[in-house]
Amino acid sequence: MNDAIFAGLDREVFDKHNDYAYQDQFDKGLNEQLIRSISKDKEEPEWMLEFRLKALQEFRELKFPKWGPDLQDLDLEQITYFAKADANKNAKSWDEVPDDIKETFEKLGIPEAERKVLAGVGAQYESEVVYHKLKEEWEGQGVIFEDCDIAIKKYPELFKKHFMKCVPVRDHKFAALHAAVWSGGTFLYVPKGVKLTEPLQAYFRMNAPGQGQFEHTLIIIEDEAEAHYIEGCSAPKYGENALHAGCVEIFVGKNAKMRYSSVENWSKDTYNLNTKRAVVAENSTMEWVGGNMGSGVTMLYPCTILKGRGAHADHLGIAFANEGQLQDTGAKVICAADDTSCNVVMKSLSKAGGISVYRGLLKVMPNCKNVACRVECDALILDEISRSDTIPDMQILSDDVSIAHEARAGKINEDDLFYLMSKGIEEETAMAMIVNGFIDPIVRELPMEYAVEMNRLIELEMEGSVG
Amino acid sequence: MLSLKNLSVSADSKQILQDINLEIGPSEIHCVMGPNGSGKSTLVNSLMGHPKYSVDAEQMSFQGKDLQELEPFERARLGIFLAQQYPKEIPGVNFLNFLTAAFNGCHSEIESFKPMKAFKMKKKIMPLLEDLNLNPDFLKRYLNHGFSGGEKKKAEILQLQLLDPNLALLDETDSGLDVDALRIVGEGVSKFVNSEKSVLIVTHYQRILEYLKPDFVHIIKDGRLVKSGGADLARKIEKEGFNWV
Repeated sequence: MNDAIFAGLDREVFDKHNDYAYQDQFDKGLNEQLIRSISKDKEEPEWMLEFRLKALQEFRELKFPKWGPDLQDLDLEQITYFAKADANKNAKSWDEVPDDIKETFEKLGIPEAERKVLAGVGAQYESEVVYHKLKEEWEGQGVIFEDCDIAIKKYPELFKKHFMKCVPVRDHKFAALHAAVWSGGTFLYVPKGVKLTEPLQAYFRMNAPGQGQFEHTLIIIEDEAEAHYIEGCSAPKYGENALHAGCVEIFVGKNAKMRYSSVENWSKDTYNLNTKRAVVAENSTMEWVGGNMGSGVTMLYPCTILKGRGAHADHLGIAFANEGQLQDTGAKVICAADDTSCNVVMKSLSKAGGISVYRGLLKVMPNCKNVACRVECDALILDEISRSDTIPDMQILSDDVSIAHEARAGKINEDDLFYLMSKGIEEETAMAMIVNGFIDPIVRELPMEYAVEMNRLIELEMEGSVG
Repeated sequence: MLSLKNLSVSADSKQILQDINLEIGPSEIHCVMGPNGSGKSTLVNSLMGHPKYSVDAEQMSFQGKDLQELEPFERARLGIFLAQQYPKEIPGVNFLNFLTAAFNGCHSEIESFKPMKAFKMKKKIMPLLEDLNLNPDFLKRYLNHGFSGGEKKKAEILQLQLLDPNLALLDETDSGLDVDALRIVGEGVSKFVNSEKSVLIVTHYQRILEYLKPDFVHIIKDGRLVKSGGADLARKIEKEGFNWV
């Protein structure tokens, strides 16, 4: 039984922080000097420094979004944008990772998952990747799995050709911020026809207070290739704001298949302002499976651009808004070719005053024929003081489409709860069973070990739900 | 075993049952009959503690313990079982996991009891499924989800046999069944009765009484228990209806 890997996760694992004296060497706030020193530290090519400096300019010019969550309390001058612990980059053995950092990842179950179920693992701690390794059998097939800091030097053309081409710098203010200060992350290249049968995982951990993390994930799936990438993240809670503004860019070739799963569990004082986008070519499928359990404020709307004929997108997501949390999440799908289709299923839970918002965009470009899209949003509101909103935007510029949109919001059914309790099941367990049942259609899409992790995180959020 | 004195039940400030007096002893079979809407389902659901009902009673106890302040799961753990007339479909909740949680819950107060894992529970359940003529694939399905009417009733009998309570409240567990399903359910209940347990069954039909011989038959009409008697009362009702009562 593999269920042991993530079954033992508890609050302490996420909240326990290591020493962070190293942070003193790095200044708070954002300026040109910082950008130059990041670039110098990484010994980057000149074009990247220029790119970063230009992005900083764009960031200053762009306005905060006029919609969505209020970001007033996020003091960008109090964030440490770049910091690294006293560790080597990109160790190939966990023994080379400093003991405290290694122990953190061990408690999070990462090396064990690597041994048992994964094709490779990347582990980022603050701004730098401390461990990155791909199994030899996949290396032998030409798969590239590297820290982006490495990829820019080792595969300069491939990197430059794709970097910030899917998400342009001016996409929004935090995309520009990301472009200016990005550090670490993952570069994945799967050559034509190679089907990665085991998932890859990257785990992003913040440790020090007031930290910012800006990892870049660049994934290129060539024609007829397949891959499954899993992203996990967490941070201890300090009571001062942290910021995560990552960027994920995915390029899917023809007749290919890519699945991107994420289990997000940032601390409740993190602003998670993340951008994820995929461009999909002919007859290919892009699947997003995501769980957003953490962060104080989340703005995350994974986007798929169905560019090739017959391309398909699945967006499956769970958002859990507990006390003090605002989960503003959703999906964006742009159908830009004939015979494209998508299936969006979002499940949200709100508890103890938490607010969950589904914000979605479905756009069908003019003259696209035979387009089929289905959007389903289910909200479960666990008490009287919590809230759920659904804000769908549909821009259908073609006639030859079939569109279905369903939205439901409700409370836990008293009769369902009674049925379970009447058979000897305690109220808290019965509620957890109903909640887990509600999200099951999404969780079951994850590999078994990660389904266990997701259920465990939901269980932690459900604690104390019976007064 | 179960003792009700002057039990009155209301829902949404509407009175449904009034001044019900009922004693159920060990190894007794009680049958409750009555016209539609007379309050039969309310009786068994309020005994189990459905939050919809407010109860006012001089006494409502089971094996000497006052039930009034107890949550439904605490009543179940005392050994009361309710098979509802329309068992709920709960999508997303796996049937085997539900059975495991129910079994572990009902036994949790036994000191030496160690919670059973789902795969062990499966072994325990397989022969029961066979007796009920239920496909083992049911264990992989969602709780009651997409089960036919008959399958839902059989699933309740499965739980009855698994949880092995002292008192079973069966709310029209015999209705909506074809002849074969009725036989299987009837035999299931009579097996339970033969192990010296008590039953309170709400029914419209004489048919189920071929499988279990009631010691007492009670008639509920307009929220009151208007008549009690032996098995012959049930036969008279089937022939003549409730108007003469």
